Amino acid sequence: MQQDRIRNFSIIAHIDHGKSTLADRVLELTDTVSGREMREQVLDSMELERERGITIKAQAVRVAWKGHQLNLIDTPGHVDFTYEVSRSLQACEGAVLVVDAAQGVEAQTVANAYLAIENDLELLPVVNKIDLPQADPDGAAQELADLIGGDPDDVVRISAKTGQGVEAVLDAVIERIPPPSGDTDAPARALIFDSSYDQYRGVVAFVRVIDGAFRRGERLLAMAEGTRFEAEELGFFSPTMRASDTLEAGEVGYVITGLKDVSRLRVGDTLTSLERPAAEALPGYKDVKPMVFAGLFPTESDDYPDLRDALEKLKLNDAALVYEPETSQALGFGFRCGFLGLLHMEIVRERLEREFDLDLLVTAPNVAYRVLTKDGEDVEVHNPAEMPAEIERVDEPYIRASIIVPKEFVGPVMELCNERRGRFDHMEYLSEQRAVLIYELPLAEVVVDFYDQLKSRTRGYASFDYDIVGFREGDLVRLDVLIAGEPVDALSLILHRGSAYGRGRALVDKLREEIPRQLFDVPVQAAIGSRVIARETIKAKRKDVLAKCYGGDITRKRKLLERQKAGKKRMKQVGAVEVPQEAFLAVLNLDGAK
Amino acid sequence: MSADVQHLYVHLPFCGHRCGYCDFVTLVGRHGQHHRYVDALLEELELERGVLEPRLETVFLGGGTPTFTEPRALRRVLRALPPAEEVTVEANPETVTPELASLLRDEGVTRVSLGAQSFQPRLLAVLERHAGPQDVRRAFYHLRGVGFDNISLDLIYGIPGQSPADLAADIDEALTLGPEHLSCYELEAKRGTRFAHAHGAELARQAQAMEGYFETVVAALTAARYRWYETANFCRTADAAGGRDLRSQHNLGYWLGRDYLGIGIGAVSTVARRRWRNTPRLPAYLAALADGASPPREFEELSAAVRGRERVMLGLRLDEPFRVNGEEDLLDRDALDRLTRLGLVTRVGDELALSPRGRLLGGGVTAELLA
Repeated sequence: MQQDRIRNFSIIAHIDHGKSTLADRVLELTDTVSGREMREQVLDSMELERERGITIKAQAVRVAWKGHQLNLIDTPGHVDFTYEVSRSLQACEGAVLVVDAAQGVEAQTVANAYLAIENDLELLPVVNKIDLPQADPDGAAQELADLIGGDPDDVVRISAKTGQGVEAVLDAVIERIPPPSGDTDAPARALIFDSSYDQYRGVVAFVRVIDGAFRRGERLLAMAEGTRFEAEELGFFSPTMRASDTLEAGEVGYVITGLKDVSRLRVGDTLTSLERPAAEALPGYKDVKPMVFAGLFPTESDDYPDLRDALEKLKLNDAALVYEPETSQALGFGFRCGFLGLLHMEIVRERLEREFDLDLLVTAPNVAYRVLTKDGEDVEVHNPAEMPAEIERVDEPYIRASIIVPKEFVGPVMELCNERRGRFDHMEYLSEQRAVLIYELPLAEVVVDFYDQLKSRTRGYASFDYDIVGFREGDLVRLDVLIAGEPVDALSLILHRGSAYGRGRALVDKLREEIPRQLFDVPVQAAIGSRVIARETIKAKRKDVLAKCYGGDITRKRKLLERQKAGKKRMKQVGAVEVPQEAFLAVLNLDGAK
Repeated sequence: MSADVQHLYVHLPFCGHRCGYCDFVTLVGRHGQHHRYVDALLEELELERGVLEPRLETVFLGGGTPTFTEPRALRRVLRALPPAEEVTVEANPETVTPELASLLRDEGVTRVSLGAQSFQPRLLAVLERHAGPQDVRRAFYHLRGVGFDNISLDLIYGIPGQSPADLAADIDEALTLGPEHLSCYELEAKRGTRFAHAHGAELARQAQAMEGYFETVVAALTAARYRWYETANFCRTADAAGGRDLRSQHNLGYWLGRDYLGIGIGAVSTVARRRWRNTPRLPAYLAALADGASPPREFEELSAAVRGRERVMLGLRLDEPFRVNGEEDLLDRDALDRLTRLGLVTRVGDELALSPRGRLLGGGVTAELLA
């Protein structure tokens, strides 16, 4: 297909603003699926022909409209996945930005709009649900125009539910979104914007061809990773998998690689032909490096192999998930896992618990730190216990947060952001009632209890989204918890010096409550380096005997001791101190990690 | 069954009143049934006589209140017993008259354990004890009067409302009487007792304040030249008693892991690899023995490992070192090392001993030490 006949676009929207319904209408209107099929096969749950044994979800669907090839590239259902949204946007020239006529602009709308603008995408603003009785299409259109700096009259007003105005959206895609402009004669280059794993066919790459063309059976090279493989099959989704002989410049489709390991084909890498390779890789994506880390430990140490197997399986379909074995003297064997963000962490954890039936203990999440040691060495630290003792400087990741609230909550939100070391960037009124606050915040301040606080301080009205803006120096310290003089690795934290005292005190108090009295005095301390900043002592028991033990008491007393011994075996040993697992849970919960 | 059991326990369940904290098998009043009960008891003794040595080391009559038993019935029991070195009877102060004291003396009882519990009327009332401090003293003198030279007093501490001064006064009062032996128990509100219902919450509240009472008792009695020979038991030191060993030989049998036969309702026996408990129900007990059959029993088979664990658990209650006898697999080595470092346990050769603090923490220490 000629490039000027191709349009590649995404639909982006705040959750429940009608992205999926609009996508469904597009498929229907373009006769890609019939009305009958439509009811059974919405884009969100599309599965491939089962006889081919493939159950890959379509990441991009090709439709035809007025002589043009439109590729609708899916963004994840949860727009919270900023990193996934940004991948999908990389494959497009434009995006349809959908806003609910009754709700107006929300935080994800703002975050996505920023992302799209950063990616130089043409934004096509759409107000949806104009058929709702409480709809305010004019108000929503004004908010949208203000957000992206356009004219409210250019906003397309539709009802994806009834189909009203959807044709106009498709027309506008052709009119306003620019066609691809790759070099058809240059050596082939394609961007991998997503990948999936199928147990029969191996890794399936979703690609956007930029230059040249790819042919079935061709030997290919993933330039960054150096992985070589044969293009077993090429094609596109419409809406089911359609094999084709070639994928040409400007087109979007899939490549079946036969590779058995997703990590060998990284999202963001550039595919080229091995025979006639491109000189340079495409400017890659923002490298999606994990930013949030937490230790995952099975509550029953026997479950460790199950946890390892479960992580391996998840990793097959989630290349962003990283993990490595971690041994904690307090929590036993587990894994240090890296996630792209909070939602990613929640989803992984939920899947492990639900799909793999594991009981997990999750340590307080922390972020990635870049540390310059006194020796002049640069290290990236993912685990507070690994923080070097001698530190020259520490950089931590910062986010740009968009928070949209009714105006009466602006004060409480600013207060919260200030408490969390936020730097105010700017505020805009979206309407008379609602404001968007843009703050820069250390990610570390957001991973712990920020959502909950935001919700409770705005009575649930705030909407929030963020993206990572980079690393900045912070006045950070490592806070260690010592039980009877032994540092408890699982409880170490890296935090801002200003919060160290409060947190140290809270940790120590909680542990004193939770750790049962022992046969000896147990000091519980919070320390920064060698300096103790909070201390409590769990006083030793002074007696621990059953007063009476005669002929009739022996069995009962023995069973009591046996139960006591079994209870001790379930405890985690920190030095000579037995700490019940519940104590760790209570302390980790103190940090608001759900 | 081999016939080498040296220790016999006889349960006499009748009481004038059931104290709120009591969870023993007891029956209130029932004067009309005392003789029928003794008939059955003696029948059970006949049935089991084969396991007993002809001459025993010890007999212990416990209850209930053995001395509440109708005197002629009590006499029948005492006369039917096999001869023994030590014959102990438990008594409540209000039941000890000069006549009863003489009866016990005449029928070969060598030792009386008197349930004093406290000398403070206020605290005795909390315990629902009917005897007052005067009854305790009177009973003690009656027993001394007929020549008993081995009398034990039971004391209870940790009674709701008991101050440190109350405890000190109780110990003083007890020492003034000069008993050969003292048993001092911390009050336990056992589940399901009336007492737990009435005072459980209060006991939990004051638990921390009363934590030091055990230490106080041990310190006061050892200072008065009593030997703290078992967790809750004290006797005059041999030095202070002209060389006599005043430990309860019967109870020592339990703590050394010896076999024992128990007869009567609810009584427990341990013989070789088997433990059994008689039915606590009087009608069932009477009916079976009226037919010359053993009473209904619950049996528990004891493996060598279980008996080993019990030997550790019981042996560590004593002041004399525990002999491991090479059974190293009974012990948790890591725990032993840990407890040694904490100064709670010492191991010398085959012997394991708890330090004084180790003994105050004997329950926790034992739970750790057991493999």
